[in-house]
Amino acid sequence: MITTSAREKTGWLGWLQSQRNRMIVLMVLAAVAMVIPLVANNYMLEVLTNAWFYTVLCLGLNIVVGYAGLLDLGYAAFFAVGAYTTGILTSQFGVNFWLTIPVAVACSMLAGLIIGGPTLRLRSDYLAIVTLGFGEIVRIIARNLEITGGASGLIGIDRPSFFGIELSRGIHFYYVFLLLAILACFVSYRLQHSRLGRAWQYVREDEDAAEAMGIGRVAVKLYAYVIGAMFGGVAGCFFAVKMTAISPETFTFTQSVLILLGVVLGGMGKIPGVVIGAFALVLFPEVFRGLGSMRMLIFGIVMLIIMLYRPEGIWPQSKS
Amino acid sequence: MSNLDIILQQLANGLILGSFYALVALGYTMVYGIIKLLNFAHGDLYMVGGFVGFLILSAISGLLGESWGAILCSMVFSMLAVGLLGVIIQRIAYVPMLQAPRLSILITALAVSMILSNGVMAVTDGEYLAFSTDLSYDGLDLGNVFISYTQLALVIAACLLMVILYLFVHKTLYGKAMRAIAIDQDACRLMGINVNRIIALTFFIGSSLAGAAGVMAGVYYGSLHFSMGFVIGLKAFTAAVIGGIGSIPGAMLGGQVLGLLEAFGTQIPFVGSEWKDVFSFGLLILLLIFKPTGLLGKTEIERM
Repeated sequence: MITTSAREKTGWLGWLQSQRNRMIVLMVLAAVAMVIPLVANNYMLEVLTNAWFYTVLCLGLNIVVGYAGLLDLGYAAFFAVGAYTTGILTSQFGVNFWLTIPVAVACSMLAGLIIGGPTLRLRSDYLAIVTLGFGEIVRIIARNLEITGGASGLIGIDRPSFFGIELSRGIHFYYVFLLLAILACFVSYRLQHSRLGRAWQYVREDEDAAEAMGIGRVAVKLYAYVIGAMFGGVAGCFFAVKMTAISPETFTFTQSVLILLGVVLGGMGKIPGVVIGAFALVLFPEVFRGLGSMRMLIFGIVMLIIMLYRPEGIWPQSKS
Repeated sequence: MSNLDIILQQLANGLILGSFYALVALGYTMVYGIIKLLNFAHGDLYMVGGFVGFLILSAISGLLGESWGAILCSMVFSMLAVGLLGVIIQRIAYVPMLQAPRLSILITALAVSMILSNGVMAVTDGEYLAFSTDLSYDGLDLGNVFISYTQLALVIAACLLMVILYLFVHKTLYGKAMRAIAIDQDACRLMGINVNRIIALTFFIGSSLAGAAGVMAGVYYGSLHFSMGFVIGLKAFTAAVIGGIGSIPGAMLGGQVLGLLEAFGTQIPFVGSEWKDVFSFGLLILLLIFKPTGLLGKTEIERM
């Protein structure tokens, strides 16, 4: 593989290398994201809201897959735990939505601990299959329990209000998810450049060497797992109140694979790449509506091609 | 029905289910044993096998009818076709990835699985296909226990395939090469074994067994669906782990153990059949945590 140093890069990629220019681009993009709802119609708004929502999920999974290098095939389970916690607490116990968020976060983190704690010692491919099994277990439990509404799920989840404004219109949720996505980017960025982030990178590249350097392999992986679960949980909370109805079929294996695809598409471990991946994931089926049921087939082919020819994703590598 | 009858009936049900699991688990275990790859697409090969069998059976039903002869014929062709598909997948998707990090090859395998299942979905419009046969509903009536001849024949066929496989792996030169590659690939290359060809052969055999299981499942359940590979893939992996992944007798044993556990698991009071999958996935997780080497697996020291 040819690695070019930052200075040799030409064109807009080279221009992007400077911190100042990056900030400019980021500001412009943020401004565009803020004003888009003023010109977009309801359909566009819905699609973009969805894209921000997937951005949060993909960034959460990116911590597990991209940063720590663990394959998680049951990520939808954490998203489900968050959504169901909020759904059950608001619709059946009348708890205020904002109060359910910490509970949902705690529950999803607990789920991350339960599944990650004992399994993170395993080989990575075993871990993949365990997470797959775990995802299915959570979905089947949701389908069979009474409190989760069985196969039809929960309906009539109340919309939350924010300083007296009821969050009910598309534009409200657009800003809610935009805010969440920005928050997720920020947290991801800070994590990536923290001590923990470097530990993740080390463990991902060479587990044994990392351990020899005094990094607690299992603890570090568990952090990734729990933090990733937290992202999923938060996204789940807001998903529940946005949709006002959730059913077990939202949290299938396909959903987990879709989120993983978003991470892989843009390039594992890179925040701009993951955001692009999440957008591609949502926009592609909207742009090519005629494909219908072929969507997952095409995603599969794209995923294979990316893994074979461009494992670093569509966003170019910026290793120094 | 007395308790003994229930036990016997569940024993029969468990053994037939276990035979399917064992056949699919064999492919997992062989591929894993030889290149340490968890082939996610393996369950989908089983599904494709069912559909290919269906196609061939409907093509030759005018000539041979839809009875045992025709089913056997479609099974053999389905095994060949799925075996070839397995080799093609290995060539296109896995060979270039062998030196890549494990995460990449796992994602590649996942992508292949998506392509297979969604490809079949696109072709069949996601509909269930009725796998109709002329087989009679007669069977052995042992008091209150009923075992149809179809069930009996399927179990015998599965056992036969496993015996052939066992003999192949342990009595032929190719089998010896396979076992050798599982131990040390580089040494095999130095000894003049064509490693790539043996790996391809392993894929062929593993995939064709899954194909055979797919046809059998079509005959047994009478319907096919593109998503049928997903759960059985997971179950068969569980079976392979129960027996000790990488071990061929282990996969056979593990398949039967899982089949029996499931059959008897549904008899536990208050645990309906809707919890069946939770039962086996939970078992898988517990097993991986507490005894990842399985019943017949060897403790393996990971090379750095």
